[in-house]
Amino acid sequence: MGKKVAIVGFGQTYQRSSRKDVNGVELINEAVRAALEDAELTINDIDAIVIGNMDHFEGVNYVDCWSAEGSGAVMKPIFKVTTGGTTGTTVAMCGYYHVASGMFDRVLAIGWEKNSESDTTGAIVTAFHPVWERTRFGGAIAGLAVEASKYMHNYGVTERDGARVAVRERLHALNNPYSQLHQDWMKGMEPEQIVDLLVTSEQNQMLAYPLRMSDMCPRTDGAAAVVFASEGVAEKIAPTPAWVISTHNRHNYVFLGDINWDRNDTLEAAAKKVFEDAGIKEPLKEIDVCELYLPYSYAGLKWMESIGFCGPGEGPKLVWDGVTDMDGELPVNPSGGVMSSNPIGATAILRVGEGALQVMGKAGDRQVPKDVNYSLCTGFGGCNWADVMLLGKKKPS
Amino acid sequence: MTEKNEGIELLTIGSGEAFQPFNWSVGRYGSYFLKELKDNKTFYGVKCPKCGKVYVPPRKVCGRCYVAMDELVKVSDEGEVAVCTIIQFGFVDPSTGYQQPVPYGYAFIKLDGADTLLPFFLDSTDPERVKVGARVKAVFEDKRTGSIADIKHFTILD
Amino acid sequence: MEKVAIVGVGQTTYERRKEDTFDELVFEAATKALADAGGGIGDIDNIVTVSNDFWDGRTISSMGIQDAAGSWDKDISTVEGDGTFGVLYGMMRALSGSFETTLVVSHMKGSEAVMNLITNAIFDPIFQRSLGIDATSSAALQARLYMEKIKASQEDFALASVKNHKNAMNNPNAQLPMDISVDDVMKSKMLADPLKMLDCSPISDGAAAVVIATEKGAKRFKKSPVWIKGVGHVSDAYTLGYRDLASTRALDAAASKAYKMAGIKDPMKDLDVVELYDAYSYMEPLWYEGLGLAKEKKGVELLKSGATAMDGDLPVNPSGGVISAHPVLVAGMTRVVEGVLQLRGEAEKRQVKGAKTALAHGINGACGQSHCVFVMGV
Repeated sequence: MGKKVAIVGFGQTYQRSSRKDVNGVELINEAVRAALEDAELTINDIDAIVIGNMDHFEGVNYVDCWSAEGSGAVMKPIFKVTTGGTTGTTVAMCGYYHVASGMFDRVLAIGWEKNSESDTTGAIVTAFHPVWERTRFGGAIAGLAVEASKYMHNYGVTERDGARVAVRERLHALNNPYSQLHQDWMKGMEPEQIVDLLVTSEQNQMLAYPLRMSDMCPRTDGAAAVVFASEGVAEKIAPTPAWVISTHNRHNYVFLGDINWDRNDTLEAAAKKVFEDAGIKEPLKEIDVCELYLPYSYAGLKWMESIGFCGPGEGPKLVWDGVTDMDGELPVNPSGGVMSSNPIGATAILRVGEGALQVMGKAGDRQVPKDVNYSLCTGFGGCNWADVMLLGKKKPS
Repeated sequence: MTEKNEGIELLTIGSGEAFQPFNWSVGRYGSYFLKELKDNKTFYGVKCPKCGKVYVPPRKVCGRCYVAMDELVKVSDEGEVAVCTIIQFGFVDPSTGYQQPVPYGYAFIKLDGADTLLPFFLDSTDPERVKVGARVKAVFEDKRTGSIADIKHFTILD
Repeated sequence: MEKVAIVGVGQTTYERRKEDTFDELVFEAATKALADAGGGIGDIDNIVTVSNDFWDGRTISSMGIQDAAGSWDKDISTVEGDGTFGVLYGMMRALSGSFETTLVVSHMKGSEAVMNLITNAIFDPIFQRSLGIDATSSAALQARLYMEKIKASQEDFALASVKNHKNAMNNPNAQLPMDISVDDVMKSKMLADPLKMLDCSPISDGAAAVVIATEKGAKRFKKSPVWIKGVGHVSDAYTLGYRDLASTRALDAAASKAYKMAGIKDPMKDLDVVELYDAYSYMEPLWYEGLGLAKEKKGVELLKSGATAMDGDLPVNPSGGVISAHPVLVAGMTRVVEGVLQLRGEAEKRQVKGAKTALAHGINGACGQSHCVFVMGV
């Protein structure tokens, strides 16, 4: 009837806008080595591998085959899963199901991307329908910009509110040596001050109203790998495994024009199902830390409402009250999040790995200063596709 | 970032002129939709027999009800802006290389009679006019070829 | 392993060029599988789609078809690889405790793109791609290596093509049912020595789907379950020069694992029917060796003996195999579908009498780098 599964190791590469020093296979290998080292395992201990990325960013077909010599898959079971932006969480969920099925005890799940190797926007354009959407497309930003402007229209949210989220993400990233963006000029400044600067700066280019450069995520080269292990095995590998309590996803929409722009109803549905499974009734109280896939600033307001941490329109208050800062009741993205580092195929699995580090107490300078039992991780992509994974310190019964 | 890399020039290999051509099937409804667009400057959607939702552009399956749809219904060439933005950076049409002049207005439009939104360019970049709820009407190209680009843009009606 | 079964199967016909769009193909295969199982989309707990971004010309290929696969308000994922791996993942999810039933659906249209540009993209962009190497030219290297190793002739390999195209005449879904001779194969156009046109599988369009259920989940449906008794998947090294293309060590390992789970000791005796992935004629005898049907170097001997013909001890590819219809990704799932039909006694003209245990095999990557083997039984 299914096995309990825990994360026992996590490794990531340094994420930079361009990692010219490694080719894709080497980048993957770096993450795999880091994960194995973290778990104190060797590749021989791994029973199966799953890998994911978004094909058109590197232009390699059958990445699971191509990377075999770097991922450790030679003479091992491996296959590839991919679902666009949600790829990382899709990979993590796949690693989880490998072990939960009882068929494998120790599984390596790898997400990676070398966004520098291609025209990111050009490749993202190809995610959309060639006949109906691609020729009249506003870039990935347009879909986010329209959501933000509708949110502002519905609740009177302002540019300052969006900027406050951006500031939080970038301040958190200062504690994360792996993250791409380190905006050192922000060190020691008050969030209010930085928000003022961002919304008034001439250099902070408006890209698509209301989104400015500072509201967006970068594009990055990076890889990350998570080791999943079965109950009975996990406890022998890690002193504090991060148990997978529940995971669900919803990829309801296939065209941008189908999306509900007033509510992120896919994230609502996926989060609701996860909380139901886990018996969580008051998410704000019961969740200790989150690593959320927030591709742009306003998501850090609106999607807090979608997950159920607060009511509609209340996102800004949550953030301005400091609830989501490192010393707040519910720290969000201690790693700096997607807005600080975005190697697309790895981005969502970085959320899972970082969320696991918090449970395991291994997050170093970015460890939240409170006891962590539940850690919530999400993935995002495509047409408001939502993946949710809840990790916990206590083994589920 | 190992020691061995110091002093070595880091290369990249380009894909050169390589590209992969495609010929995507439009399908029966899509073909009908494009033909009506080209010949009659008319929009069609397809209606779900179960929930009654009208999908524009038309498609085979109503995802929510998981049934096949086959009732084509005419919808208006006028509608309302559901969400919108003004884009400040360039967009290059991947099949023609044409670059949309910057800035440009972009919106998801609910055509009267349709239940889904159609993303498209607007003819205005005036933030006073490009807003949620604005009434818009399709403007067509004089020379049409049977593609979604036969629609030039949507104009904001005052 | 907890009991898990396939309770529904569906497939479209396989043709050089179908007018349907991707989502129409997916809907057709999925609804056929659900109808075959005697259930509806409401009986499905989660979905796995199988598609490839290169063939669809779309970087989130699954986005084009998810709603046609039944994604609304369900957990869903996408495998980018052969259909057998999709079935495997669907099976894992059914065994995980989170779901009792999984719908797995794959689609592919070879007609919408330029095949050899897409298979060229399998090869490493830095060192091998600019050579123009593609699926067929790399297969030719493997064929030559195998030929030299076992001292076989082109005529030997042609026997597989002849057998399978003839078998396809009993399969209403197959793209290339043909009554040809070894001579016809030898006379067909040379594409990449030693592979000629009739040694190669065609370019195809099509889709297939399966409904997987646990013992408990199977009760929702009307069809008798076909149990998955064993499964194994293993990948060899990637770089063509790093592995011995004439060795089947990855397939060996995958098959051994599946056989161990299923309690198969002597595959020639214990299996009743085999559907293997013969993308090229020489692959059939080569995979015989990896599957343990023939000892190393004895693949062609087995083929020549007639033991794998329709009237032989262990019929291989009664459906006509991949050489008769090759929608990439779908073809592995089709092998599973055909195996299920055999075990249910529903294979009509291509039925192997009294089949109780079947093997289905799929490959991924150039020259069969990665393999997935299923053993199913009733």
